Amino acid sequence: MTIAFLRNPATALAIVLAAGGAVTPTFALAETRLLNVSYDPTREFYRAYNELFAQWWEAQGHDPVTIEQSHGGSGAQARAVIDGLEAQVVTLALASDIDAIAQRSDVLPTDWQATLPHNSAPYTSTIVFLVREGNPKGIKDWQDLIGEGVQVITPNPKTSGGARWNFLAAWGWALKASQGDEDRARDYVTQLFKHVPVLDTGARGATTTFAKRGVGDVLLAWENEAFLALAEMGDDAFDIVVPSVSILAEPPVALVEGNIESDDQREVAQAYLEHLYSPEAQALALAHYYRAWDKSRATDEDIERFPDLELVTIADFGGWAEAQPRFFGDGGIFDQIYAD
Amino acid sequence: MLRISSPLPGFGLGMGLLLAGLSLVVLLPLAALLGEGIAMGPAALAGHLASPRVLSALALSFRAALVASAFNLVFGLALAWVLTRYRFPGRRLIDAAVDLPFALPTAVAGIALTALYAPNGIFGQALAPLGITVAYTEIGIWLALVFVGLPFVVRTVQPVIDEIDRECEEASATLGASRARTLRRVVLPVLTPSLLTGFALALARSVGEFGSVIFIAGNLPGKTEIAPLLIVIRLEEYDYAGAAAIGLAMLGISFSMLLLINATQVWNRRRIGHV
Repeated sequence: MTIAFLRNPATALAIVLAAGGAVTPTFALAETRLLNVSYDPTREFYRAYNELFAQWWEAQGHDPVTIEQSHGGSGAQARAVIDGLEAQVVTLALASDIDAIAQRSDVLPTDWQATLPHNSAPYTSTIVFLVREGNPKGIKDWQDLIGEGVQVITPNPKTSGGARWNFLAAWGWALKASQGDEDRARDYVTQLFKHVPVLDTGARGATTTFAKRGVGDVLLAWENEAFLALAEMGDDAFDIVVPSVSILAEPPVALVEGNIESDDQREVAQAYLEHLYSPEAQALALAHYYRAWDKSRATDEDIERFPDLELVTIADFGGWAEAQPRFFGDGGIFDQIYAD
Repeated sequence: MLRISSPLPGFGLGMGLLLAGLSLVVLLPLAALLGEGIAMGPAALAGHLASPRVLSALALSFRAALVASAFNLVFGLALAWVLTRYRFPGRRLIDAAVDLPFALPTAVAGIALTALYAPNGIFGQALAPLGITVAYTEIGIWLALVFVGLPFVVRTVQPVIDEIDRECEEASATLGASRARTLRRVVLPVLTPSLLTGFALALARSVGEFGSVIFIAGNLPGKTEIAPLLIVIRLEEYDYAGAAAIGLAMLGISFSMLLLINATQVWNRRRIGHV
């Protein structure tokens, strides 16, 4: 009987519309939703943080909040937001991807990075080397990566945010080692990429190629990704080697103004980002192998894990607005390396 | 005039659904791509394509697709022949396995092939002493494309082999033709149209294949970077025009190749007559 009744398309349509109309407002009243669009290696951290934040938010006497997460390569995620993915919050691998959103759509003000402390980066990381157990090739610093027979695994800087930090860390070391000689830095990086047998599209893919497929002697990796690989695959398979110079990698966060639908949602989104700087969230970031700023609530183990090393910053490269087109744009230094 | 008398009604409705469906799914996206190309003009289009990196990616994609499809042509024919002509234990199982590349997510296939052929994989280790590396080289790309293209050849040729009248072969043999001559003059001419169709389908499928290839290719620019990956890279750089240019080039080359294959079909049909 129901089927016969539904055979009339007009009636069926009316039922669907009525049902939709009845359901939507109930949802909107009951809870606020938030979509956080993030990059690849933050899966574990945001899974924990979303739980922490939802509890804290309710404890403050607010209505419950539902947080949805999306992960992928940083550049691809930025493009999805530009193309209309309704993220209220973006937490990406590097500022230039959020800059791209600001420039190519009107959902974000161009001065977004000044709105939160520490360049809107609640946690930072750096680039280290992951080598095979016992370091059979004796890798100690960047110079050793271009030694005879050494194979280096890094993802493609064109598609991976982490790989851009890898590239700039290498450049930063070469520049320091040669007292600022740009030609020698270019020579070094050209040499380095001759030692790369596989260019994966993302950081996780590169980790898999190195760890599971057994390709290469050194993986250039996010520090947090390297610690995670040790924790997941056992520390008797790999060692971490810390180079003399690396880069301060700042993965920033931002509120996407244009995708905010209500004042309630703005309040939650704002609190969600600000709470990342709270002592308990910072401790959580430290426990997930990120270098966070506030160490007051973290355990000693989580603090002592991080070695001191000399770090160049993106400001040394004139900021992302200058570095992005110069190194990674069409016809930029990375393209020239492969054109020769 | 268009209305062909048929015992079944519904030409108008059928044609309407056909046009609407085809437009939404196939014609509009292609038109958008063409529109992008017209908007940038031929000079800019050529400019986007002229770089050595783009040319080498296009050459690699089409070369690998041709090699893999040619291999599938021979291997697929043999497989279809054995499956149709002979009865042996496990035949149905193998027959079902041929469809796996259709059903399996291509990423899964890519990862599985990489795991097997990587330097620490079972086959990779066995091949290493012979100096053959499969994963992260062009050979790996061929392998992935053979995998995705195989069912197209087998499934188009199989029903035709099934239809061949064995008496023709027997007649040929009794008239004194050797086995090779029977195969060449009696069997193959009947199979040629379906072989060409299978080849064309496998080729078209493998030229655009992305999911399985990126896992097993090394993705090094100028060496093992396929054209579809370069399209993705262009998009990541927000270079929509550059991406559209490569897309259009692939569309153009694929279209010409399919046209050539169809022309061969027509020529072949005229030469052999109705079979």
